[in-house]
Amino acid sequence: MSFHPEIPYTTGQHRSERLLSPEGEPFAFTPEQRARFEELASHYPPERRKSAVIFALFMVQEQVGYVSRSGMRHVAAVIGCTPAEVEEVATYYAMFYKQPVGTFVIQVCRTLSCALKGAERVTEEIANALHIKPGETDTTGTFTLVEVECLGACDRAPVVMVNDGWHECQRPEDAVRLLDVVRARGEAGLSGCVHRVEK
Amino acid sequence: MAMEPILTPLVREPGSYTLDFYLQRLDGYQALRKALGMTPDQVIDAVKASGLRGRGGAGFPTGMKWQFVDKKSPKAKYICCNADESEPGTFKDHLLMERNPHLLIEGCAIGCHAIGSSVAYIYIRGEFLHVQHHLEAAIAEAYKAGYLGKNIFGTGFNCDVYMHRGAGAYEAGEETALIESLEGKRAQPRIKPPFPAVEGLYNCPTAVNNVETLCNVPSIVLKGAEWFAALGPEKNGGPKLFCVSGHVVKPGVFEASMHTTVKSLIYDYAGGIANGRQLKAVIPGGSSVPILLPDQIDVPASFDGLMKAGSLLGSAGMIVMDDTTCMVWVAQNLLHFYRHESCGKCTPCREGGDWLLKMLSKIERGEGQMRDIDLLLSVADNIAGKTLCAFGDAAATPVLTTIKQFRHEFEAHIREGRCTCPADWRAKEPVGAH
Ligand SMILES: Cc1cc2nc3c(=O)[nH]c(=O)nc-3n(C[C@H](O)[C@H](O)[C@H](O)COP(=O)(O)O)c2cc1C
Ligand code: FES
Repeated sequence: MSFHPEIPYTTGQHRSERLLSPEGEPFAFTPEQRARFEELASHYPPERRKSAVIFALFMVQEQVGYVSRSGMRHVAAVIGCTPAEVEEVATYYAMFYKQPVGTFVIQVCRTLSCALKGAERVTEEIANALHIKPGETDTTGTFTLVEVECLGACDRAPVVMVNDGWHECQRPEDAVRLLDVVRARGEAGLSGCVHRVEK
Repeated sequence: MAMEPILTPLVREPGSYTLDFYLQRLDGYQALRKALGMTPDQVIDAVKASGLRGRGGAGFPTGMKWQFVDKKSPKAKYICCNADESEPGTFKDHLLMERNPHLLIEGCAIGCHAIGSSVAYIYIRGEFLHVQHHLEAAIAEAYKAGYLGKNIFGTGFNCDVYMHRGAGAYEAGEETALIESLEGKRAQPRIKPPFPAVEGLYNCPTAVNNVETLCNVPSIVLKGAEWFAALGPEKNGGPKLFCVSGHVVKPGVFEASMHTTVKSLIYDYAGGIANGRQLKAVIPGGSSVPILLPDQIDVPASFDGLMKAGSLLGSAGMIVMDDTTCMVWVAQNLLHFYRHESCGKCTPCREGGDWLLKMLSKIERGEGQMRDIDLLLSVADNIAGKTLCAFGDAAATPVLTTIKQFRHEFEAHIREGRCTCPADWRAKEPVGAH
């Protein structure tokens, strides 16, 4: 991607690049999903349905586990735009997985405030326990480990997201225990957000 | 300089996010009622007189921004609430939306009235799913009770507030990139002018306002511009939410006036440096602003105070670092962020960010050469101010400021061929280092 002949771009993919996802199974929204999409699309002027593309892609990901090419084509058909327009959105945003991932995606915040509280070690402990590197999925297909950027809860560092679930103040010493908790109880085992005093 | 909280009173009380709580324990929707009895221009004048400045980062006067919205245009007008909150070290909008969402909804509705709009979109970052549930529930409650929808308070004013979910992009916080993202495209900035006030969302006049900014509007309407302005130093009025994180005893969000000093925020509000260590440096306004040293922090944490001290208030995210922190590593950590988050539209930022990260990683590993320091400065200098949006300046700043304040650490890394300050809270094997 680099324009400099002697300085190649560092690693793998950048969000500004194009990336082809696997084709995946043939995809279509269920009638309920379609109705939910139409409800969301009605929040925008009729000729601006494309505004709801992110919602639609999340619905594909909910069902397939990642955004497949057949899913993107379906979204394009439902919105009434080209598949390329959907694809450029899907590849740009970090929360869309471009290929199949494990049952639980462990997303450790790596940005400064979390790193100052030991986030690098959280990642390291988990990576060692699962024998994988960040970005990879373990052999059982249970866990994918990802490093993500600031999640906006830096006072409760280090912050970890497991799929859409929120988990705060993850000490490096207990990082491996988090895996056991998630294996046993899924997202229900996470701390949630401490702002929530109702618990 | 303690102050009665205005934005975050009772946020720790159970059920503080419900409509009942907002109506019974706070002045719920009284300000909207009052604002609808005023003309839009009167509302804008009040906000102008209050001196409210945008809380998203740039500190631009909100009343002026609203006045610039082209009211005579025959097109629809829009409020876009910026709830992308992705600036490292910032987590105040998170608290507001989770614990006091009706305040934001009321602020959006008043904003719509002021600029002649009937729709506000709240663009919330995709990762805040737990916050979205609260916000959606609050919006539904507000519709049901008639504070949103058609003919509010029988005044003929219609207002819809919708939540729009993002999907992981820091750049979506930049106002024109936010608009692009709302239109269903990549979050990449537009060329300005035209500014959003003239051509924003769907090419219609648009005001983009931060969550905390809009949350300040109800109290201005209700209690008056003079009251609001008097809460802080001149031109820095009103309450402010400060986010303190990093190596402090009690990290958190603190509401205070902008008379409060950075020192007091760190030592009084956040309980000082953890583990009995010493302060080494603080980034006072989210990761994109210059570092302050311990002898520079006895200054008011206001827009003007911090500018005078050589930094910026930015998003008021204060990242505190103790004496075990390696400053080359800090720059490397932040450039990893900026490289990852660059939208890729402008070459200096997309490519330069990657070069900076690469050189910093090399120095941090102990493989740097002395000439790399000047090369870093030169590349950073070729990014700052040479991109469509302020992201470029933000990405260059961590490099420029760490070298300015801690050049000796860079030199020591290069001389000794290793990191001279490896803290035990860092990875044993550097992760994610390239
Ligand atoms: C790269 C970049 C990221 C930004 N991120 C945010 C953000 O996450 N939240 C925010 O409120 N403002 C953010 N801003 C500032 C917005 O562009 C804009 O100034 C702000 O939303 C205006 O609202 P205000 O006047 O109420 O502060 C960002 C700016 C830039 C250049
Ligand atoms: S740095 Fe991890 S949440 Fe902000």
